[in-house]
Amino acid sequence: MAKHHIEATVNGDAVEFLCETEETLLDVLRDTLSLTGSKEGCSSGDCGACSVMLDGRLVCSCLVLGCEVGGRKIDTIEGLAKGETLHPLQKEFLQHAALQCGICTPGFLVAGKALLERNLNPTETEVRYWLAGNLCRCTGYDKIVSAVMDTAAAMRKG
Amino acid sequence: MAETNGHSQANGQHYVGTRTIRPDGVDKVTGRARFGADFNLPGQLIGRVLRSPHPHARIVSIDTSKAEALPGVKAVVTRADFADQPSEFIPAGEMMMNYKDVVRNVMAREKALYEGHPVAAVAATSVAIARRALKLIDVKYEVLPHVIDVVEAMRPDAPLLHDDLFTVGVEPRPDKPSNIAKRVEIKLGDVEAGFKKADLVIEREFKTAPVHQGYIEPHAALATVSEDGSTELWTTTQGHFIVRAHCARLLGLDIGRVRVTATEIGGGFGGKTVVYLEPLAIALSKKAKRPVKMVMSREEVFKASGPTSGATVRVKMGATRDGKFVAAAAELKYQAGAFQGSPVQPGVMCAYAPYDIENVHVIGYDVVSNRPKVAAYRAPGAPISEYAVESVVDEIAKKLGLDPIELRMMNAAHEGTKAAYGPKFGPIGLEETLNSIKKTEHWNTPLRKWQGRGVASGFWFNIGGETSVSLTVNEDGTISLVAGTPDIGGLRASLAAVVADELGVPYDKVRPIIGDTGSLGFNFLTGGSRSTFSGSMAIVEAAKQIKADLCARACKLWEAKPDQVEWKDGAVRPLGALAEKVKPMTVVDFAKVAGKTGGPIGGVGRINAQGAGPSFGTHLVDLEVDPETGRTTILRYTVAQDAGKALHPAYVEGQYQGGAVQGIGWALNEEYIYGSDGKLQNAGFLDYRMPVASDVPMIDTILVEVGNPKHPYGVRGVGETPIVPPLGAIANAMENATGIRFTELPMSPPKVLKALTEKGLNKA
Amino acid sequence: MRYEAPDSLEGAVALLAGAQGETRVLAGGTDLLVQMRADVLDPDLIVDIKKIKETRSITEERGGWRIGAAVTGAELKEHPRLKQAWPGVVEAANLIGSTQVQGRATLGGNLCNGSPAADSVPALIAAGAVATLAGPRGKRDLPVEDVMLGPRQLALQKGEMVASFLLPTRPARSSDAYLRFIPRTEMDIAVVGAGVSLTVDGAGIVTAARVSLGAVAPRVLLVSEAAQAIVGSRLDAAAQERLEAAARAACRPIDDKRGTIEFRIQVAGVLARRAALIALDRARSN
Repeated sequence: MAKHHIEATVNGDAVEFLCETEETLLDVLRDTLSLTGSKEGCSSGDCGACSVMLDGRLVCSCLVLGCEVGGRKIDTIEGLAKGETLHPLQKEFLQHAALQCGICTPGFLVAGKALLERNLNPTETEVRYWLAGNLCRCTGYDKIVSAVMDTAAAMRKG
Repeated sequence: MAETNGHSQANGQHYVGTRTIRPDGVDKVTGRARFGADFNLPGQLIGRVLRSPHPHARIVSIDTSKAEALPGVKAVVTRADFADQPSEFIPAGEMMMNYKDVVRNVMAREKALYEGHPVAAVAATSVAIARRALKLIDVKYEVLPHVIDVVEAMRPDAPLLHDDLFTVGVEPRPDKPSNIAKRVEIKLGDVEAGFKKADLVIEREFKTAPVHQGYIEPHAALATVSEDGSTELWTTTQGHFIVRAHCARLLGLDIGRVRVTATEIGGGFGGKTVVYLEPLAIALSKKAKRPVKMVMSREEVFKASGPTSGATVRVKMGATRDGKFVAAAAELKYQAGAFQGSPVQPGVMCAYAPYDIENVHVIGYDVVSNRPKVAAYRAPGAPISEYAVESVVDEIAKKLGLDPIELRMMNAAHEGTKAAYGPKFGPIGLEETLNSIKKTEHWNTPLRKWQGRGVASGFWFNIGGETSVSLTVNEDGTISLVAGTPDIGGLRASLAAVVADELGVPYDKVRPIIGDTGSLGFNFLTGGSRSTFSGSMAIVEAAKQIKADLCARACKLWEAKPDQVEWKDGAVRPLGALAEKVKPMTVVDFAKVAGKTGGPIGGVGRINAQGAGPSFGTHLVDLEVDPETGRTTILRYTVAQDAGKALHPAYVEGQYQGGAVQGIGWALNEEYIYGSDGKLQNAGFLDYRMPVASDVPMIDTILVEVGNPKHPYGVRGVGETPIVPPLGAIANAMENATGIRFTELPMSPPKVLKALTEKGLNKA
Repeated sequence: MRYEAPDSLEGAVALLAGAQGETRVLAGGTDLLVQMRADVLDPDLIVDIKKIKETRSITEERGGWRIGAAVTGAELKEHPRLKQAWPGVVEAANLIGSTQVQGRATLGGNLCNGSPAADSVPALIAAGAVATLAGPRGKRDLPVEDVMLGPRQLALQKGEMVASFLLPTRPARSSDAYLRFIPRTEMDIAVVGAGVSLTVDGAGIVTAARVSLGAVAPRVLLVSEAAQAIVGSRLDAAAQERLEAAARAACRPIDDKRGTIEFRIQVAGVLARRAALIALDRARSN
């Protein structure tokens, strides 16, 4: 069984890789492309730690096969900051202490950014439901939600 | 109050007590930080574990020949590769463990004692080959009857897990083995006499299910062993020095030859204070002569890493009609899982600790059953016993017509109270937490129908322990701190602030790292809410050395006598007449002349931290029940807890909030669900239901600070207490909302609806 | 394990019909990949249908809506007019899993995974949706309630796949709603699911209704007795009670880690009533 040869764009860069059919996009990102920022918490789409953007859509990379992403655009946590400039969400997370162990943080940042791209004025309830697919066991979500809401407010001000 | 002299900068600035940005933060928000599974070595093999499908079985034979012959398989290990260990109890976090059990939990020997128990492990060149290899291992089992429930396991005719387990703590010592490993007891006064004095006696039995710590990061380890036995290990752990000790012991290695790096850790809560994969990875690497990387799947985490105990708890309390508690008794039966060592002892100790009661008698049983061996989970044992006690306290308040906070105030432990488990309390903050809850707008907000309010208090004793840190002044005056307790929640921010204030340097000039075991003296693990408490204490010691050293160097430079110089506010300062001749020198100034004045500047703190102060908390929760479906919504939550001194307020708040939400999950939806076949049915995040963001509201926090006089800054550990009150608070709120006292956790919708329907209450 | 991504229905059908070993259609992958990872499934061939135009489009057809089998829940939600016409179907599809899962999960996959607890299926059945299957002998239509026969048992023959769904046209003052019971607020598999679609006349009387229940039997149920209980009424208290009773009577659930038999039966009645009231409210303003 020959491997698939895939060309895609990851964080704006052209990449190419080989993968077996059963390898997920998460496997490819972590093991083949050495982008270990996306985390594996469950491999069943229940924790969101592997969240990435696929053609502008928030998905769990553990639920996408590597061989499905030929010609597609993938954005991971590694692409959130621009050079040395952190994304406003990243800055707010640090300010708010919205992370303790930090394992869920990449997933929350990718998911949070996806929300703010669609809605810059979410209510607290909308934030919580949008992020319901991202599990956190350390923070109880309070500071994460505050950080997202404050980022939205800051970004609205321009 | 704690001494604060010398704890500020030359310009009077403090970092301690402020909301600094954590030094490891940027790496964590960019995905750069490396957790356990993020480490790789060239040429590494992938390790996988074969696990018992049976909850209880004798392992008759293991044939690994076909697996070993599979191309790509470089090593296979079984019980044959691990020497047996004599029985020896050692502390494991706040619990005890026995090496004889540890070696059997890491790799089954005579028997498989739970579904998921490791039976063999392989290392292969790819995941696919490793998985195929496991299928080629032929294990012959003699399936035995199993027992899951703790009360069932205590029966004399229950299936026996260990034929060499004789109950300790009963007289006379039994001559027949059983599943009851231990009986523990604490006594104060005379409860029989006390109950006679009571106007009201309430006795209730409660039941809880095992719950898992639920860390999002599965266990992971990467080991490489050289031909001379030197071993390097990267592992996600709360205690890499402990891991080193266990692995050295289990594999017959010199401790000095094993170097363990604690990777960033994606949650632990006590569950990563033990070893699972590490000895296997080392044994495989030794055989294969290549690095071996092992990562657990989520299913393996649930099936084969320790949850906390499920338990049956009977509580009996007596009070006078004006609310004074005159007698308190309890009997706790805690499951240990497949090997002894449940947290029944701390459960016994903590049950009545928040209260000043003359007559107390608590008995506990540690019982084995065919489930994974339990591991510590945040204040191990206490949430269970205190759930039961706080429920009965609430019932007493209701029956006597007393305000539940007033009732607790009346009986609250305070400075000078002798706890039933031994010590006399120094200054403590329980009353302050009760008072601050009483003053909240939350407490004074009216409720609607089907809404209920509950309050509960809780306690954890906290520990200190062996701690080593190293402080180095670099040539440019920046400070390197090497600490040895893995940072599971923002520790480095607090420690950096302490260093900055101690040495009078800006916060961002302090770079803290968690060093590997080769870089420091022994450190006990991160647990017992000790890492900030002990780490900061050790830093103060190290800083003292540096300050003394700098004073000595100043004397040389200034040709002065020791009484002519002092360290104050971030600099060595000349005193008296000397002050007209020379200017003060800061750490940065000394750094520039370090070589000339004697060599590199640094200090070490090597302590066995004593004086850990208990942390008390009181939680307040409002919830709403849908009477037609039994579903509960948490409306509002407030935590008040005594931190002694919050070195970093945001991370202290974070502990309060995180523990509260774990408690919400434990109270409402989390439980291990077993079939009658002894197999776990919900080994994943889909059906092991932890709270998601939409399940909880904001968690308001009140930082009470009753300083711990035994710590230079007044610090108390805070990490564990937050999970203790929620179970009782939520059960009390449920009673307030429905009129029904739920004595079984979790209070999941089917249970709630059934109870409401039986009383004809299931209508809006 | 082979992976093919044909760009036509005929291509997909040919692959499915000609396959020798275990074959699976891949749309969103939110069930398939989980089952593969859990070692429950080990397909020899995966046929990705997302390159096929018919499976990815949402178009109006003869007053109704044709929705491709591989349209995602998120895309359904973002369509400007579908949500107004069929709020129940759209909300059901958007209750599956999380935001991340809704970005991939599809109506076709949700149905063909063969779980009686599937969230979108009761809404589709209540809507009277018809599945269009493509197979070696051409296309055929099957009401959605006839597609899932039991857990993991479909009425599809070898080589057949679901290509699209047709939501029918219907009169003014019609709407639908879907409710499910889960212990948390998100992320759980439905313990009970209830989909109701109805039409009212100018006087507020229900003139047509369909009621479907999920997770209370080996397949998703179309409960005609429950519909009959409310047709001709204003969904007053007596009608609501009849509806609840009919819903409960139709249940044949199991005890499992998500709910007990008695719980499911009881809650099925409650949800059917609540969903009907929401649908009524929406229908009045349509």
